[in-house]
Amino acid sequence: MQHNVKQPNNQQYNSIMARLFSSDRGGKLFLSLLAALAIVVPICNLLVPEGSAFHLSTYTVTLLGKYLSFALLAIALDLVWGYCGILSLGHGAFFALGGYAMGMYLMRQVGERGVYGNPLLPDFMVFLNWTELPWYWYGFDMFWFAMLMVMLVPGLLAFLFGWLAFRSRVTGVYLSIMTQALTYALMLAFFRNEMGFGGNNGLTDFKDILGFSLQDDRTRIGLFLASTITLALTYVVCRYIVTSKFGRVVVAIRDAEDRARFVGYKVESFKLWIFVFSAVLSGIAGALYVPQVGIINPGEFSPLNSIELVVWVAVGGRGTLYGAALGAGLVNYAKTYFTAAFPEVWLFALGALFIVVTIFLPKGIVGWVTKIRNRRNTPAASVESDT
Amino acid sequence: MKQWEQIREVMRRDRVFDFVAEKRYPFIQGLRSVKPGIVDVTKGPILYIENMSVSFDGFKAINDLTLYINSGELRCIIGPNGAGKTTMMDVITGKTKPDKGTVFFGQTMDLTQMNEYQIAQVGIGRKFQKPTVFPDHTVFENLELAMHADKTVWPTLVARLSGEQRDKIDEVLETVHLTSQQRLRAALLSHGQTQWLEIGMLLMQNPLLLLVDEPVAGMTQQETERTAELLTGLAGDHSVVVVEHDMDFVRSIARTVTVLHEGSVLAEGTMDEVQNDPRVIEVYLGE
Repeated sequence: MQHNVKQPNNQQYNSIMARLFSSDRGGKLFLSLLAALAIVVPICNLLVPEGSAFHLSTYTVTLLGKYLSFALLAIALDLVWGYCGILSLGHGAFFALGGYAMGMYLMRQVGERGVYGNPLLPDFMVFLNWTELPWYWYGFDMFWFAMLMVMLVPGLLAFLFGWLAFRSRVTGVYLSIMTQALTYALMLAFFRNEMGFGGNNGLTDFKDILGFSLQDDRTRIGLFLASTITLALTYVVCRYIVTSKFGRVVVAIRDAEDRARFVGYKVESFKLWIFVFSAVLSGIAGALYVPQVGIINPGEFSPLNSIELVVWVAVGGRGTLYGAALGAGLVNYAKTYFTAAFPEVWLFALGALFIVVTIFLPKGIVGWVTKIRNRRNTPAASVESDT
Repeated sequence: MKQWEQIREVMRRDRVFDFVAEKRYPFIQGLRSVKPGIVDVTKGPILYIENMSVSFDGFKAINDLTLYINSGELRCIIGPNGAGKTTMMDVITGKTKPDKGTVFFGQTMDLTQMNEYQIAQVGIGRKFQKPTVFPDHTVFENLELAMHADKTVWPTLVARLSGEQRDKIDEVLETVHLTSQQRLRAALLSHGQTQWLEIGMLLMQNPLLLLVDEPVAGMTQQETERTAELLTGLAGDHSVVVVEHDMDFVRSIARTVTVLHEGSVLAEGTMDEVQNDPRVIEVYLGE
């Protein structure tokens, strides 16, 4: 039984917060969860002594931080897939580009502490007998510049790609294949040593960020908090977008593109901007991911990663934002567990999961929960619809 | 063989390449004097279609069609299947580009040079043959989205409904008899209600010209009558072009009827004149 009457989200709300969250119980829950994590995790890690049952190891903190950056990535994909119907199978590329920009900053921070002790060149360049820093590495010793690039590089790539693709009205499966090709091409390019991004080893052996050692527990907690806050802010901004008229136009494009066009919307522009924004978010997610896991390599561009990302969103539930974050958390938790316990099973489990979700839970876990709740609220109606 | 033909096609000598022709790239030979936003109807007609031809893979869907629609007129277009009615609408709304001929909105706007969204913004609204609304939005939201406003990206992101706009939506809801369904998701409307919602969305756009493709298909008798009332009420303030198969319906609303056949105009006149035209009878009743 579908819920027939939507919440009156076209009302003139008194405050912006009311507009964002009046009909968003899941979102409120999600933000509360993030707030709880932001308080509990630092306490359990830093203040609770190591022997205690409530102590959280730094490993766990880092793992949670990683999940949060994945959740951010999933929300970014949900924005284009769940709301605009653009199934991007290459969002991992934007994530990895953001990650590389962050990695380049961290590499420049290493300075003389590298194995070869070269103050300017990262180790891999010395190893390749390079004598000069390539031009595109300039500026990455400055944090603000690196952060700018974290957003700008994925954003520009998405703009270029989207401008060409959407203007030519490439849609559906063709677009998906093109995004897949995009990330694959980037992977091959980044594997090459001559690119100047460390080849297949990627960038690693980071020492510190903004002067704080990455090995320090407090830095880890700082990164974890940064991830939590960024995720929460992103959620609010995305929520603003999807509850605005822009958000309604985007959904309209998903459901009836021609109608939207004949009503007078320049469909290409709307698709382009939501795609670019999503790519920027993905880049930020990548930048949060890299200092926590301590490495970025071309494997992040692998098409498989982007497909996994789609599975997270599908499992959690498309078109809800918090559902995507939930899916990212759950699937990655399962991945951590399976790859440790039964490493050879994981890929099969992932495939099976995708099939099960597609067939039995087309709206993901969130859709399933909503359905159960509606059924409980209207028992009579559900009996009718079942028979 | 095919490649050879393609090469020959490119090398043809009797043709000027598109990029040299004035029409596609006006900057090459000086800009045309098109005044954006002003639809000049001082000469009477609001739509000028002249010598238009469209073909798909050799099949001539429209063949040298010339048709004028007067400002404020209610025009019915009838014709057997495949007469080119929908293709004509596609060309007017920018979905299909004609191979030949001109389509002008007012005296100055060349519709063949404009995109779908630009054409919609200058005041041509279109209702599809298969009713198309935004199924996941409420009736109210459907109208809000269609509303005449700045439809570029940034203004849309920060748009808020003003009281005036709200009144306008209420007014249209009233007109299309959907006031009590305004909070309902559009996917849950009946077929007839969906048709009306789509007409309502056209009205929200403040169009000068409405193109209405088969508005009463699948409607009950009562709904048909109300639709007829609605459309005749719109004429005058708007120009309305209705494509319809239902002859009773056409008879009930039409002042002028144009009969299309094989992509060109076969006859034009009042319903009675048209129905007694021997050529029309032949087309409709077979050889």
